[in-house]
Amino acid sequence: MTNHYIDLMNSDCILMMGSNPAENHPVSFKWIMKAKEKGATLINVDPRFNRTSSKSDLYVTMRSGTDIPILGGMIKYILDNDLYFKDYVVNYTNASFLVNPDFGFKDGLFTGFDAQGRSYKKDTWTFQMDEQGIPKKDPSLQDPNCVFQLMKNHYERYNLDLVNDISGSPKDKLEEFYKIYAATGAPDKSGTIMYAMGWTQHSVGVQIIRAMSMIQLLLGNIGVAGGGVNALRGESNVQGSTDQALLFHIIPAYMPTPRANLPTLEAYNATTPKSADPKSANWWQNRPKYIASLLKAMYPAQDPATSYNFMPKLDAGQNCSWLVLFDHMFQGKFKGFFAWGQNPAGCGANSTKTREALSKLDWMVVVNVFDNETASFWKGPNVNPAQTKTEVFVLPPAVFCEKEGSISNSGRWIQWRYTGPKPLGNCKPDGDIAYELWEKIRDLYAKEGGAFPDPILNLNSKDIATNHVFDAHKVAKLMNGYFVTDKVIGDKTYNAGTQVPSFAFLQDDGSTASGNWLHCGAYTEAGNLMARRGKEQTEMQANIGLYPNWAFCWPVNRRIIYNRASCDPQGQPYAPQKAVIKWDGSKWIGDVPDGGWPPSERHPFIMRPQGYGQLFGPGLADGPFPEHYEALECPFEEQPFSSQLNNPVALVFAGEEEHRAVCDPRYPFVGTTYRVTEHWQSGVMTRWTPWLLEAMPQNFAEIDPELAQLRGIKNGDKVIVENMRGAIECVAMVTPRLQPMMSMGQKLHMVGMTWHFGWVHPKDGGDSANLLTPSVGDPNTGIPETKTFMVNIRKK
Amino acid sequence: MEGKGFFIDLTKCTACRGCQIACKQWHKLPAEETYNWGSFQNPKDLSFITYKLVRMEESLENGKVKDWLFFPDQCRHCLQPPCKMVGDMDDDKAILQEWETGTVMFTEKTRNLFAEEIRNACPYDIPRVNEETNVLSKCDMCFDRVINGKLPACVLSCPTGTMHFGELEDMKKMAEERLAEVKKIYPNAVLGDPSSVRVIYLFQDQPSKYYGRAVATVGPRLYNRKEAFAKLFRPTKRS
Repeated sequence: MTNHYIDLMNSDCILMMGSNPAENHPVSFKWIMKAKEKGATLINVDPRFNRTSSKSDLYVTMRSGTDIPILGGMIKYILDNDLYFKDYVVNYTNASFLVNPDFGFKDGLFTGFDAQGRSYKKDTWTFQMDEQGIPKKDPSLQDPNCVFQLMKNHYERYNLDLVNDISGSPKDKLEEFYKIYAATGAPDKSGTIMYAMGWTQHSVGVQIIRAMSMIQLLLGNIGVAGGGVNALRGESNVQGSTDQALLFHIIPAYMPTPRANLPTLEAYNATTPKSADPKSANWWQNRPKYIASLLKAMYPAQDPATSYNFMPKLDAGQNCSWLVLFDHMFQGKFKGFFAWGQNPAGCGANSTKTREALSKLDWMVVVNVFDNETASFWKGPNVNPAQTKTEVFVLPPAVFCEKEGSISNSGRWIQWRYTGPKPLGNCKPDGDIAYELWEKIRDLYAKEGGAFPDPILNLNSKDIATNHVFDAHKVAKLMNGYFVTDKVIGDKTYNAGTQVPSFAFLQDDGSTASGNWLHCGAYTEAGNLMARRGKEQTEMQANIGLYPNWAFCWPVNRRIIYNRASCDPQGQPYAPQKAVIKWDGSKWIGDVPDGGWPPSERHPFIMRPQGYGQLFGPGLADGPFPEHYEALECPFEEQPFSSQLNNPVALVFAGEEEHRAVCDPRYPFVGTTYRVTEHWQSGVMTRWTPWLLEAMPQNFAEIDPELAQLRGIKNGDKVIVENMRGAIECVAMVTPRLQPMMSMGQKLHMVGMTWHFGWVHPKDGGDSANLLTPSVGDPNTGIPETKTFMVNIRKK
Repeated sequence: MEGKGFFIDLTKCTACRGCQIACKQWHKLPAEETYNWGSFQNPKDLSFITYKLVRMEESLENGKVKDWLFFPDQCRHCLQPPCKMVGDMDDDKAILQEWETGTVMFTEKTRNLFAEEIRNACPYDIPRVNEETNVLSKCDMCFDRVINGKLPACVLSCPTGTMHFGELEDMKKMAEERLAEVKKIYPNAVLGDPSSVRVIYLFQDQPSKYYGRAVATVGPRLYNRKEAFAKLFRPTKRS
């Protein structure tokens, strides 16, 4: 989130689209309800009328997979009706930037498309630069090559009639939605978006979020109280895991993973973002300090230039995201696999492929609290244990309340937690298990040698463990970082071994160590700030529920990021009644400002090289402007926005086209998957919790009454939902909360299921809906398109 | 009126089931064996081992969904509980009404009562019997928590501000103020029997749309022929 959960109460309009907060983030609804009490309008746009819809002031139905037309329609509405926040757009976004005149868009493709390589060459997606190397601008926004005009042209096609035709959303509801939301373009009003997997899990997922980010920039809703672009994370510490590089393409704190074509630290640092604009903070220019400090944290005995060689490297352009990983496994290319705290056989798209992939392994280690479809894949339905070679080891971990450490929520608040009860029997915290494994592996390397033992043998252990046991406090302190040698900064000397106060003090010369520069400031000489539970605030902070003394928020305890954009060029808040920061003549007061420079000294979007919010976004794989494409599995042969039916650079796997349904009469209904409050993820913990299973005992398929009649299905009947990838049995829930959608002349029905269930337990609960989902994904993230695919349904 | 009360603001309930499950957890009640009967609601009804149940009802207008109404049902802890009036006829130690909080409590001695009579006496159809032991059970206002200064488990778990608990007079005041606010958007909003119960619900629409027994029916209790004869010929004391 750019903002945080409590800040939701400051909003004038909360859009819940691509998410279902009432069901999947129930505690967030506390703050949503507070906003509603203060007069906010709640808008929910979703293919189903769900528990979030029941509390919303406006509910708009839509066909799954038509988010970009709907948002594109809003962009057009805002531009046509001059509802954008002019000063904000001109001063803080790249609307005025002049784009390379060779850039273009025609019939669904941007310039630079390489059909053979299924990718874009982005040489034309650039800005015109002046002699100093700073982007040329037209602040009047009239130049035909300026971002503003290009954007206006791009969304010209997204008129209300076409949006209604493609999405099935009623025109009057769309107009009401656009009108209410666009009103937050007023300088003192703010609107916020809460989104989750309903947006990310599409082959155009990232572009959907981009479209909303553009809307938020046009309306001046970023950096303000009650605004922002707010992703609702799906696990209690997935944010913490992401910050610490859960994903293949980054190393801790969002630095890019080193690639083989950058063989030295010098080469790596040469790719540090640059800006010629003295008013651009270009905060990533500090990256050499962060990589040096990370390397020093991992390898205390070597200087960073040497230990850079210990870092594993990806090949240039190599993709190791989830679907690619399991495709690799499916082809028999992995010997072993750790399924640590997850259940790929149930939670990954195309479960049939995943389960078969597991059978190609020599060995697998499963670390999980309960038996699950991954650990027991070898005795699953249609699997012959006698013909499965995989040796499975199951290790017993402690559960969340039995371990000490930090948890980072969606709002970037890092909150420390203590050990409650002691783990049962031989169960151990994950950190303990990982550390024990590492010590054994290290000892084997020391004894037997190997291809390249140095990266293992030299890993820091003194700052990780105490008496050979993982120590959460030591690791937290290392993540904050400390001075390796005495260092003089300004007029002060920082002694070796003392904690670094903030990332502004990190060095590129190996004199500081820090495991995660975003955690710098979380565990200082003052102690563990993540453990703070103070409710003291100034009046200005209390007014918007900032709570600066509760836990630690990255970065540097800044609660609302990009907050310089909440003020005019003189440093005065656009919305004084809910000010985030304010220049008092000599300094900023309120939240931690996005840099202490006086007003107008720096552009507000400090993490972008040029310092401006991006309406034109050249960094993505599929284009600088979001464009509608149908899901890879869809009931149409063509679509009205262009001749490109699908995302031309979506992630697909060779030879799988025949396992996908496009206009296949056997599978005429739109399938979608989601979660409910009562269960969690693939249900590994919740299916074994009796009170939760009591509340939600079996998987179900929600269908509209007309589809039910078509197939002779009554509410409560057992049904089979199937497609060419798999079939699941579940209970039909016939409900008018789903309605058939009219789209491009076709009447479409939807079948909605959860992926919470699995064959292991309970026996009559049904198996995962992921047996039906396709292994196709977004080209930027690789995330699978589990929200829109094709199925059939029949009575059992 | 003294004693404790609940104010349950249904305009904020999202049917998260926190209350339903917190009650199970605090009282260590076993889970029922349920199956999906075509609804998110489960268990299907209150029972001897389910004291708090979130009932869900789709509200339609011209065949289209207008609302999805959620009703976290529980004992109302009536000021003059009919269940106690009937129960006292057979064993006045079976159903107790605690003088300080107003909690209406079923004890083990409910085995000495006529279970069907007790259930039928309740306007809200709350009491449930254990068929084997004839003991009755229902919400006990988390009496053990309340006398120790804690909130009932359901109230503590509620994330949205639906459930409130405190002095009855304060809860009544809160209910009336909120009703006035809510009526601006929901003209049919109404409080559920606020002068006769300690658990005051705020409905945004007609209570019957939520559940048939959400509020006490107006008028005398009507007995059918079978029930009338059963009353005439029952023994004077349960052996």
